[in-house]
Amino acid sequence: MKPLAVTAFTTTTAVGQGNAALIGALMAERSGLRPNDFTQHPLETFIGRVANVEAVRLPSHLAPWDCRNNRLALLGLESDGFIAAVEAARHRYGADRIALVIGTSTSSIGATEEAYARLTPEGHFPDDLCRPEVHTPHSLGVFLSRALDLRGPCVTVSTACSSSAKVFAQAERLLRLGIADAAIVGGVDTLCGSVLFGFNSLELVSKEPCRPFDPTRNGISLGEAAGFALLEREGAADSDAWLIGHGESSDAHHMSSPHPEGLGAELALRDALARAQRAPEAVDYINLHGTGSQKNDEVEGALIARVFPVSPATSATTHAAPALAAPALAASSTKGFTGHTLGAAGIVEAVICLLAMKHGFRPGTLNARSIDPDCGPHVRLHGEHAPVRVAVNESFGFGGNNCVLVFADRAAP
Amino acid sequence: MSACLEVRVRGIGFWAPRLPDWQTACAVLAGRAEPEAVARSRPTPALLAPTERRRAPDTVSIALEAASRACEAAGVDPVSLPSVFACTHGDGAINDYLCGTLASNPLLCSPTRFHNSVHNAAAGYWTIGTGCVKPSTALTAGSETFAAGLLEAIVQALADETPVLYVAYDAAMPGPVGEVSPSAGMIASALVVEPLKGHGPGVRPAGVGRCLRARVAPGAQAMPEASVSPGSIPHAWFAALPANSMRQCLPLLALLASDAEGRMQMQLNQGCVLEVDIEEVTTHG
Repeated sequence: MKPLAVTAFTTTTAVGQGNAALIGALMAERSGLRPNDFTQHPLETFIGRVANVEAVRLPSHLAPWDCRNNRLALLGLESDGFIAAVEAARHRYGADRIALVIGTSTSSIGATEEAYARLTPEGHFPDDLCRPEVHTPHSLGVFLSRALDLRGPCVTVSTACSSSAKVFAQAERLLRLGIADAAIVGGVDTLCGSVLFGFNSLELVSKEPCRPFDPTRNGISLGEAAGFALLEREGAADSDAWLIGHGESSDAHHMSSPHPEGLGAELALRDALARAQRAPEAVDYINLHGTGSQKNDEVEGALIARVFPVSPATSATTHAAPALAAPALAASSTKGFTGHTLGAAGIVEAVICLLAMKHGFRPGTLNARSIDPDCGPHVRLHGEHAPVRVAVNESFGFGGNNCVLVFADRAAP
Repeated sequence: MSACLEVRVRGIGFWAPRLPDWQTACAVLAGRAEPEAVARSRPTPALLAPTERRRAPDTVSIALEAASRACEAAGVDPVSLPSVFACTHGDGAINDYLCGTLASNPLLCSPTRFHNSVHNAAAGYWTIGTGCVKPSTALTAGSETFAAGLLEAIVQALADETPVLYVAYDAAMPGPVGEVSPSAGMIASALVVEPLKGHGPGVRPAGVGRCLRARVAPGAQAMPEASVSPGSIPHAWFAALPANSMRQCLPLLALLASDAEGRMQMQLNQGCVLEVDIEEVTTHG
C-alpha cells in the first residue's frame, strides 16, 4: 500500500500526560500501575489510572458530553501540539476533508453505571445524568468532532481491544479512495465497573501487577488511556514516521479466548507485512498484545517464534551478554507500564512503536521476572537503545478480532 | 466532494417483528400484502449453537438472521466476505443488566453477558458461526450509524476489490437507560455490496442489478434532531415498525425495494453528507 505520513501523535496513560512521560517511563522501567483505588466495591487488583482526569473541566459548549471518558479524551488532546497540528490540517484541507475515526470499547458507559448507582427512588436517572449524549457509545466520536470542530465523516469503531488499531486501517482506506485528505485516528477508554468486574468474572484479572510472558503470569491489569494520531498522504507531508501496512482478520473460534494456534493473528500479521512490502527480517521491534493472560501470551509468543526467524544476534542477546546486542528483532509487551487499556491499547502501543523509532529505544517487558521459554526467543525482559526502522504493533480483541499495524521511519522500503 | 463510489447491491436481508423478511417488506411497501398481524418474537439463527440460541443477545439474533438472508439472496458463501456491523447503541438489555448488577453486587456479574456486551458481539458470533476468518468490524455513529456503516462497507468493497457484507441493526433499550437513550423493538437489515467494476475474486463480472453511486459531500451545518424524519419513511413501513434507532436504514431500503431510480442524502456528521444515487445497471463482463 502507499504509506501514510503520521504527522502528529500523542498519548496519555497512567505513566503521565503526553509522549515525553511515556518514553521517560519506558526508559526508566517505571510502571504506572497502582493498587485499585477506583471501584467503590473492593476488588484486589492493580490498575493503570490516569491522574487528574477528575479535575478536567469541559468548555461550556461541550458540557452535555461531560463524563470521565470524554474528560480523558480532552486531557489526551492537550499534549504534544496535537490540537495545533489539527488546526493546521483544517486550514490546509478544510474541516469537511478531515475524517475522524476513533476507537473505544466501553466509551462513556461509566456515566451510565453511575446513573444506575444513583437512580431516583422512582427508578429514574438523576437529573444531572439525563443526558442522552453520554448514554450511547458514539458519545466519544461526537465529542471529539465538536471539540476539534471537524466536519468530515465521523465514526466510532468498537471491536473491543483491537478498536484503536483498526482505526488506522479504516482511515487508510478513506484516504486511498480520496474520501478525505487527512484523518484523525486514535482511541480513548476509561476504567469503569463493567470492565473491572467483567474481566474479574472471566477470572482474567491478576491480583498483582501484570507480568506478561513471565512463566508465572496470572492475568491482566486494566488501565485507561487516550491517544491520537494525524495521518496524511505521502507527498502532502514530510515525516519520519509512516504507517506502511495494516492487516485485519477474524479468529472464527471463540468470543473470549484466542484461537489456540493463533490462526487469525497470523493472517493479520502476514497481511500487514505483505501490504508493507516488508519481509519479517526487516522488522526491528514488535509491540506485542501481551496481556499477561496465560493463553494470549502463549499463543502470541508461539506466533512470533514461527513467523520471525531467529538470527545469530537474537540468540546472542537471549543467552549471552546484552552488550552483544545487534539490531536483531526485539519484541515486548508494555502492558506492565500502562495496564491493558482495552479500546485504547491499539493507539497507545502504536505511539510506543513511533517513539521507539524516534528515540532509537526498544522497550522491555516490565514486571516479568523472566521470559517463559514457551513464548519464543524474541521477547525481551529489558529495554535497550538500538535503531528501530520498522516496528510492528499487534492488537487482538474479544470476538476473535485481530489487527496488526506496521510503521517505518521512511516511506520507501 | 469526494470521488464517486460505485457498488452493486448483490443481496438484501431484513428482519423486524412484523416484516420478518425482505420479500414481505417489499410486498408491504408495494401494497401487495399487509404486515404480519402478530409481531414475531426474535429469530433463532441456525448459525448459533443450540445453547447459544437461548443465551444470545437480541442484537446478535437479529443481526445474524438478516446477514444470513442477505448472503443467501446474493448467492455468496459467507466465508468469503469481510463484514461491517453497525449498531447505534450496542445491546441495551445487556447494558441494563450490567449496570444494574454493578450497582447492587458487582461480584455477581455474569462472564457470558460480559463478553457478549462488546459492540462486536454480533460480528464475533457471525465469524465463529460461519467459520469466516476475513476482517470484521463493528461501529457506531449515533443517528448517523447506518450511513457511516454503509460508507465503510462500500469503501472496503472498492479498496480491496471484494464483495462485503454490511449489517445494520438495533434492539430495544430497556430499563432506566432506555428512558434517556430510547429505542423500541428490533430492526435488522443487511446488504451484500460488490464493486461495479472490478475483477477481484468473487466479484460477479456481468449482469443486471441495483447500483449505488455514493459520494461524500459538504452538507447541512446543523445536525437535524434525527437524521431520518418520519416523513421520509414510507407510511406502509412506518406503521408496521417500532420506534427503533435503526429506522435510519429505511429510506435507502425503500428506494432499493422500489424499481424507481432515486437520490437521497444521509447525514454523516455536522457539515457532511453521504449522497447516494440508486440506479438499475447492466454491466458486461
